Amino acid sequence: MKYLTEYRDGDKARALAREIARLVTRPWAIMEVCGGQTHSIIRNGIDQILPDQIEMIHGPGCPVCVTPLEVIDKALAIASRPEVIFCSYGDMLRVPGSKDDLFKIRGSGGDVRVVYSPLDALRIARENPQREVVFLAIGFETTAPANAMAIKLAREQRIDNFSALVSHVLVPPAIEAIMNSPGNRVNAFLAAGHVCCVTGFAEYPSLCRQYGIPIVVTGFEPLDLLEGIRRTVRQLENGEAFVENAYGRVVCEQGNLVAQAVIGEVFEVTDRGWRGIGTIPRSGWALREEYRDLDAERRFTVSEIKTCESALCRAGDVLKGAIKPNECEAFGKECTPRNPLGATMVSSEGACAAYFNYGRFVQLTPPNSAATSGAAK
Amino acid sequence: MNGRQTETTDRGPSENAPAEIRFDGVSCPLPLQDYPNVIMGHGGGGKLTSELIEHLFLPAFGGHPFVDLADSTVFPVDATRLAFSTDSYVVQPLFFPGGSIGDLAVNGTVNDISMSGAKPLYLSAGFIVEEGFPIEQLQRIAHDMGAAAKRAGVSIIAGDTKVIERARGDGCYINTAGVGVVGEGVEIGPKRARPGDLVIVSGTLGDHGMAIMSVREGLEFESPIESDSASLNEMVAAMIQASPAIRVLRDPTRGGLSASLNEIASASKCGIVIDESRLPIKPMVQSACEILGLDPLLVANEGKLVCVVAEADSEEVLAAIRSQPDGANAAVIGKVVSEHPGIVVARTSIGASRVITIPIGEQLPRIC
Repeated sequence: MKYLTEYRDGDKARALAREIARLVTRPWAIMEVCGGQTHSIIRNGIDQILPDQIEMIHGPGCPVCVTPLEVIDKALAIASRPEVIFCSYGDMLRVPGSKDDLFKIRGSGGDVRVVYSPLDALRIARENPQREVVFLAIGFETTAPANAMAIKLAREQRIDNFSALVSHVLVPPAIEAIMNSPGNRVNAFLAAGHVCCVTGFAEYPSLCRQYGIPIVVTGFEPLDLLEGIRRTVRQLENGEAFVENAYGRVVCEQGNLVAQAVIGEVFEVTDRGWRGIGTIPRSGWALREEYRDLDAERRFTVSEIKTCESALCRAGDVLKGAIKPNECEAFGKECTPRNPLGATMVSSEGACAAYFNYGRFVQLTPPNSAATSGAAK
Repeated sequence: MNGRQTETTDRGPSENAPAEIRFDGVSCPLPLQDYPNVIMGHGGGGKLTSELIEHLFLPAFGGHPFVDLADSTVFPVDATRLAFSTDSYVVQPLFFPGGSIGDLAVNGTVNDISMSGAKPLYLSAGFIVEEGFPIEQLQRIAHDMGAAAKRAGVSIIAGDTKVIERARGDGCYINTAGVGVVGEGVEIGPKRARPGDLVIVSGTLGDHGMAIMSVREGLEFESPIESDSASLNEMVAAMIQASPAIRVLRDPTRGGLSASLNEIASASKCGIVIDESRLPIKPMVQSACEILGLDPLLVANEGKLVCVVAEADSEEVLAAIRSQPDGANAAVIGKVVSEHPGIVVARTSIGASRVITIPIGEQLPRIC
């Protein structure tokens, strides 16, 4: 496959790993921000071929994981209403709310549909004028342009039975929050390539200066990640801290201006709660006042939400990079993808799910011991 | 890719050895309690399906020593051994590139019977049709079934038709059941894998699931991805002729290769190591999976088999598969090992490793 296979070349990957090993002289902790990067690192076993001094810390960039519980509970309440067709990206369906998830709502009669694009939700609204169609508009800067476009088109085409439950989150404020959190160990960041594809990376130099950290814009394939790590290590070892773009085939400095314009027209910056982390100032997008009539929270009364988070779940510590998923006591025991306690165990981008699905709970070496640990059950 | 292909009871069971699941007394029903209603994942062929079978159906049915939850169950009648299986088909759309619900319904059951090493003989066909369904379409489906049966050399000798009220169904559902005869000396079943054996797949992975998914999601490629729907009984006959010592056969339908390999590892108490770079996957299927964020190892196949065979016999078996019209892309993909029993491990393209687990329920497309 063009543009993918080349970036999965085993020989080149091992050569990059050797180059990183040559550069490194002492331990460094590097956070990959995006859940897609975490997924790729664990799926391909990239951390296994890195020198021991490099620790990859998995960041909060899984949109499904950080969507606040309150928003999930609101989604469940709205999706339960008989007049509603509730449209969502696929991996939100199994995210646990306080009591249920969207799958269970669908099982008990709710009309919940998986869409690949918010424009599909718009089409469903057009085809079902007698029903209320609600789209769960979540995600980082990556999903925002399409979500904003759907909302803009709904307005322009006067599709009055369409509304959106919006809970967008932003990467740069999360980087700041992590650097400001007590006990932070992160020395450098791999910035999320696809986020930067939309936003560019003009916001990052000030973060590099303020915190003295290298930030390298990085892609998702093994060679992309290893090249991002190589450049990060080179800066760290040289005592440098600036922004580098290691994903030039997709990202340019100013980003996608057309996408930014649509986002700016529909959304405005707001304080946002992050599941497991707490409220981060100016870290999200909400609908602008002019679009509030398309706000599902306003259209449906869902104020009586009392959230209840699992006491065992340490997703917040995982999302902040304080612990690895398999260091949580509930990991693989009370908490599995079958019975997730937190969203990080659900989404394929969630660090806990990546660790579980790719077997990071199994000791592969000793024979006759691992069969009961759950992987094959 | 099991989206609407929700089948809850299709793992007909094989082999004469007593089953490991305890049928006496009621198994712990606990895992079912957190889903008061059936959800799509219960038909996805993953963990939720297994739970339903183990905790709900088997305790209620009482079980039988023959039952070991393989693709088909083998049982003796006088001096002969028969293989028996049943499967229901609820695929949408009913007609798709490379096939229809009709040939799927015949091929699927023929293949389940074949996975015991049996020669499929007779099928039944039960239809649940929605009021208002075009007769012309029913005719096409029936024609496809007849043609598929002819190709597979089986006869449909029993049937049933029920009509349900308009809007109470989804056009047309089909159940088929079938029997076949197991040849003398043929002993095939997931428990029989041994360390040192090789793992072979008979062709490219994920074609059926991605054909269905592409149609459903309106993904357009230069040429459409076609389902691999095909009967495998001739291929199996050729393989058994090449080596009667074939240990395991599975057709990786729902849950894909991942579910089949995990079932083999679990039943045989051996580990399995596969080499990711050896997996035959069509570029278009790989592309579609990348676009939707799906793993081709979890995607359904309807005309492929996984075979475990002693290394000494592997070349003959591979040659036998490749001599068949649908077997040109067959490949050795891995090995059975004594390490990590019950666990399937993939060597990744960069030389690291990861565990291949069974999907929970439906595979969910990723957000971005």
